[in-house]
Amino acid sequence: MSQPFYVSPEQLMKDRADFARKGIARGRSLVAVQYADGVLLVTENPSQALHKVSELYDRLAFAAVGRYNEFENLRIAGVRLADMRGFAYDRRDVTGRGLANAYAQTLGTIFSSGGEKPYEVEIFVAEVGATAADDQIYRLTYEGRVADEHGFAVMGGDSETVASYLTEHYTGGASLAEALKVAVAALGHTGDGDRVIPVEDLEVAVLDRTRTQPRKFARLRPERVGELLGPRGTPEHAAPLPDDGGPGSASTAPGNSGPDDPADPTDQVSGDTPPLEGPTNGEPPIAPPL
Amino acid sequence: MTDARIPAPFLVPGTSSFSDFLTANAPDLLPASRSLPAGNAADLAPHGTTIVATTFPGGVVMAGDRRATMGNIIAQRDIEKVFPGDEFSVVGIAGTAGLAVEMVRLFQVELEHYEKIEGTTLSLDGKANRLSALIRANLGMAMQGLAVVPMFAGYDHDRDTGRIFGYDITGGRHEEMSYFTVGSGSLFARGSLKKLYRDDLVAEDAVRVCLQALYDAADDDSATGGPDMARRIFPIVWVVTADGARKLSEDEISALADQVVNARLQRPDGPVAELPGSDGEEAQS
Repeated sequence: MSQPFYVSPEQLMKDRADFARKGIARGRSLVAVQYADGVLLVTENPSQALHKVSELYDRLAFAAVGRYNEFENLRIAGVRLADMRGFAYDRRDVTGRGLANAYAQTLGTIFSSGGEKPYEVEIFVAEVGATAADDQIYRLTYEGRVADEHGFAVMGGDSETVASYLTEHYTGGASLAEALKVAVAALGHTGDGDRVIPVEDLEVAVLDRTRTQPRKFARLRPERVGELLGPRGTPEHAAPLPDDGGPGSASTAPGNSGPDDPADPTDQVSGDTPPLEGPTNGEPPIAPPL
Repeated sequence: MTDARIPAPFLVPGTSSFSDFLTANAPDLLPASRSLPAGNAADLAPHGTTIVATTFPGGVVMAGDRRATMGNIIAQRDIEKVFPGDEFSVVGIAGTAGLAVEMVRLFQVELEHYEKIEGTTLSLDGKANRLSALIRANLGMAMQGLAVVPMFAGYDHDRDTGRIFGYDITGGRHEEMSYFTVGSGSLFARGSLKKLYRDDLVAEDAVRVCLQALYDAADDDSATGGPDMARRIFPIVWVVTADGARKLSEDEISALADQVVNARLQRPDGPVAELPGSDGEEAQS
């Protein structure tokens, strides 16, 4: 009888965490910034149809990085939870804390159950209150940890570099235009120098407490974003994301000998990248123009 | 070990309809999922009465009186019976008030839920269809006297026009081209609208026409409430245009209602319609 390999629980959890972390770091960063009238959410997303930032409820927004199919399921679950609670009780009874807890339990259970692949996602649940002091940004990690962020928060991609830029340049109580400028500059900041992200590649949404409607979530159209950002340098599209070859990337699914090359019709290797993402860069495909 | 994660049905993609989701996972939350003992329950719950709507170039106006009745009793003097469906549509309700208000609440969440899940809004016909489905789900209770008969109106961005949809208790839906009325006073209101409506009304005149029609309904139907001058309770009026649905403020309504009431002090039967062919005077307005 063959002896099964022993893997210590520490090693098992570390492997799963590495797997999830690498999946998340492959995408692009997403920034949440508190400004005078609420919370601003910005990311670089060339797709106009597949959103990384969306509305959950009256005062709540959802933002995610990582695998699109996984966070899209979580987003839909959040919308259903929020709408059901608001319908059964009252619209005011739907809170960011409640949803953050539900997400934390879900991600935590999936992470620690041996049978499932951990979700390669990181989530923000942002909530806008009556005053700036009541605004909240909850960060949820792949293993179900919840953190309460203040001022600004970054996830995905090279989040440390972006966060260090924000630590230096972020000021509380800024206007929307100022906050947007800092956030976009931070997203374009890398160790090798700064890049001007084209307006059409930006996905920008706000939770704005000054909106008169009960629903405070609003997307900012590219024209408006351009207006707020003002004149900048020459815009430059992002380089395709590098495939780091780590666990979770399509090229090294177990048993694969070479990289999964979608351009090669003789390639028999199928990676684990779901069809909603480009197999070479993990980004959602750009939808055809309507 | 108990599983604390979000229940599996929430994570299953598929339906974008909130009411379908509730039917499958929490049917007790649906207003219509009740089975009642045999008998007629019509007199046991307050009923909402008259709603009128007219289109005008660029939009649509919907107005409702404020009375709810229970048999011969006035159950409520200031009930609201016209609600926003979403940013570009409104729903007015007649019939069993308790069920109708819940149905509107469900309808509002239904529209918003679709919008959030799909990232786009439903077409106006799509919205009207969903309301049909909700009314049909209530058919069992409607047969026992607890009917809900709403009216739906909204601005159609594809056609650049305001549109009105009427319903029957089975969820049957029909589009009305110019004006429509529903509820106990609807016959009198319709007669009034017939004489006052024209297809080149501006928004404010369309509101006046609706107020006149509600006055006529209240004049002849005991279940419809007229303007309550002592308590300053006036009809609820919503105007929907390409810019969205807007509820007229109390000041706007009370100014227009005062005009209507003052004119009626001179001529209690209201404005006179033209009579073509006669050599008489010009029509009064």
